Amino acid sequence: MPCFDEMTLPDGSVRDVYSRVARWLSDSPAELLESRRSQAELLFRRIGITFAVYGDKDATERLIPFDIIPRMISRAEWTKLEAGLIQRVKALNMFLADIYGDREIIAAGKIPADLVYRNAYFRPEMSGRPVPHDIYVHIAGIDIVRVDSDKFYVLEDNARTPSGVSYMLENREVMIRLAPDLFADHRVAPVENYPDALLATLRSVAPRSANSEPVIALLTPGQFNSAYYEHSFLADKLGVELVEGRDLLVRDDVVYMRTTEGPRRVDVIYRRIDDDFLDPLAFRPDSILGVPGLVGAYLAGNITLANAIGTGIADDKAIYTYVPEIIDFYLGEQPLLQNVPTWRCREADSLAYVQEHLSELVVKEVNGSGGYGMLVGPHASSEQITLFSKKLAADPENFIAQPTLALSTCPASFSQGVAPRHVDLRPFILSGSDGVRVVPGGLTRVALKEGSLVVNSSQGGGTKDTWIVEDDRSDSSLGQGQSQSFGASLSQSQSQDCGAGQSQSQSQG
Amino acid sequence: MLARTADNLYWLSRYMERADFLARIIEATQRLASVPRASGRDETEWESALIASGAEEAFHAHHDVADEPNVVRFLAFSEDNPSSIRNCIEYARTNARAVRTALTAEMWDAINTAWLDLQSFDGQGDAAHDREETSRFLEFAKATSLVFDGSAYRTMLRNDAYWFSRVGLYIERADNTARILDVKYHVLLPETESIGGSLDYYQWTALLRSVSALTAYRWIYREGVQPWLVADLLILKQEMPRSLLACYDALVRFLDEIGQAYGQQGPGQRHARTVMRRLEQASIKDIFQSGLHEFLTDFVEDNSRLGDILAQQYLLT
Repeated sequence: MPCFDEMTLPDGSVRDVYSRVARWLSDSPAELLESRRSQAELLFRRIGITFAVYGDKDATERLIPFDIIPRMISRAEWTKLEAGLIQRVKALNMFLADIYGDREIIAAGKIPADLVYRNAYFRPEMSGRPVPHDIYVHIAGIDIVRVDSDKFYVLEDNARTPSGVSYMLENREVMIRLAPDLFADHRVAPVENYPDALLATLRSVAPRSANSEPVIALLTPGQFNSAYYEHSFLADKLGVELVEGRDLLVRDDVVYMRTTEGPRRVDVIYRRIDDDFLDPLAFRPDSILGVPGLVGAYLAGNITLANAIGTGIADDKAIYTYVPEIIDFYLGEQPLLQNVPTWRCREADSLAYVQEHLSELVVKEVNGSGGYGMLVGPHASSEQITLFSKKLAADPENFIAQPTLALSTCPASFSQGVAPRHVDLRPFILSGSDGVRVVPGGLTRVALKEGSLVVNSSQGGGTKDTWIVEDDRSDSSLGQGQSQSFGASLSQSQSQDCGAGQSQSQSQG
Repeated sequence: MLARTADNLYWLSRYMERADFLARIIEATQRLASVPRASGRDETEWESALIASGAEEAFHAHHDVADEPNVVRFLAFSEDNPSSIRNCIEYARTNARAVRTALTAEMWDAINTAWLDLQSFDGQGDAAHDREETSRFLEFAKATSLVFDGSAYRTMLRNDAYWFSRVGLYIERADNTARILDVKYHVLLPETESIGGSLDYYQWTALLRSVSALTAYRWIYREGVQPWLVADLLILKQEMPRSLLACYDALVRFLDEIGQAYGQQGPGQRHARTVMRRLEQASIKDIFQSGLHEFLTDFVEDNSRLGDILAQQYLLT
């Protein structure tokens, strides 16, 4: 299966948006790219941008590989993406306010009730408890994949504690240092205002009881969490305290942090701890990461949690298939960003189709994650397919199926040279009482192993800087037409063979 | 600021200061042990280094013989010794990582670079190779402390974060000065040697050199090295930056800053002032009369009590 390369078209021509990158690559001798790569590694190592790998004693702190060739997206492409992202996150917030409120969407028969109420991520505690400004998902990370010159799909919504934004910011800093000429050659939309946008968002959702200068804290599970670097990085950029559960206490439903001057009241918590661990009194009693009484204070309206409790229901794989209906129901609009076409095996017609076409499809467990309990049809043996077919027949509600996607590729730099690799994109969408903010860009994750579709950092994935570049008129004569002609004559020779597979991208949460 | 942040900063500074102290103890002991001596005499230098660094119990749980290779490996490289130089740098970085937001980029860079460099020293080589590696390692430890201290001094905002980290540094330094002075007590003079004899002289000189104070000594006293003057320099001389008095002068000052910023003085401030007053009123003659070792033992106890009081007052709220 051929796939779309974001730089080079099948006829060998270079897409406009990559013209200068292509020139830069051909002008830079291999040794120069190599030395830039090692410089990048040194920079990341010195700054201490690492992530932890659980259960690996010798490598508790690892670097996520950074690829020095930026991933290019034109302003026109981005404008479309952005509108779709804003629309999607608005609808998800309205959906959450509804299912924890009047439940109109269920009454209207748009979503099966059991899909919500029997869902592990549904939090009955939140029913009938409105949150400030009806915003549940203050920070969303929507994973996007590209399959051709103008088709983007949403692979997954991350509405709990999406991570990776620190890489978006640090990658840019490193990129500017390593390739100042290439950077100066483009008009790249800035991302460094993300912390300001996040701070404004968090302030805007403070409880009404807070004064005009609400006290904000970032709650981390601690320095052994895989995303700890990001937590401390963000707290620093936001200028707020980085707290652990043991730094907080709750008295009379009010949350305080322990300071050298005694307890100090907190109004907004940007929490990077999962629901289950937030409060041992409300959820998992064995959690030592949480704060006893926090949920009580939350329900009493004395503290805002970002994101709200119970948002997991909105990024669940089963609910995902209903997002187009959700957008239509609350906004009366057609979705601007498409889902990956998905068959719900709970529906008889779909189940029949999926059973017929198992060898072509990727079948996922609704509640599975990390690629477990998944059938990749084109890679499976006939025994595996027979076995899976029985599992599917026994419990169809537990499965969804998707076609195998030909994820786009971007050039990546290796010591042996430059080669195309599969990528995805995670932009970050901020929702406050004063509107939705999207910083132009996001985290591009790249599957560095040849042919691999797995972009996860724990499995050999790396990152790239993502450049949203202003359209450049002086260069437009070069071939707006080229990117349009795509599709007529797909040739195998220029594009990497995709094989068949499915991105196993999962929330790093 | 968060109580835990203050606690982490306090300990971060203590560990960095301790790494420097351990390097100096090892160097001083190497010098003491290299003094020519009559044959047949027991070597007590390495045992004394263990006592001075408070590691003798932990050491004897792992080793029988307190000779140079064993003690150096234990004090410098060992993972079994919670206070080895390697562990000090490890703990310092753990504390630094926990409070990254309270550190300046330069401080983080200093500690993180040291931690990365640390991985290149293994301390496993044979004896001949060992001494060279040891000396490189001790230089590295001292330089690390110096760079960290310098970057804190140059780049930190003068607020409670700075004051708590300085308090950690001076409590540790006062403890270390007292202990390094006490080494001399534990190194026994052989019976054939007289107090004030040439070996005794050599030992006191080595001690001064280990705290980079030999030149300062000559500048201040303008005479040969005398035990009571060495003690005077390291205990009572305000202008000597490692002296107990200088450390307490700084502690009183930084604790006052904290008390003023928070609008409240407490038991920590009072205790520091009491110790300070005692040092101001002491004379070296009295100290030697009632016993230098006893004086130092009392001081180490008082000093560690200050740490406990501050923990209650600020760090474990």
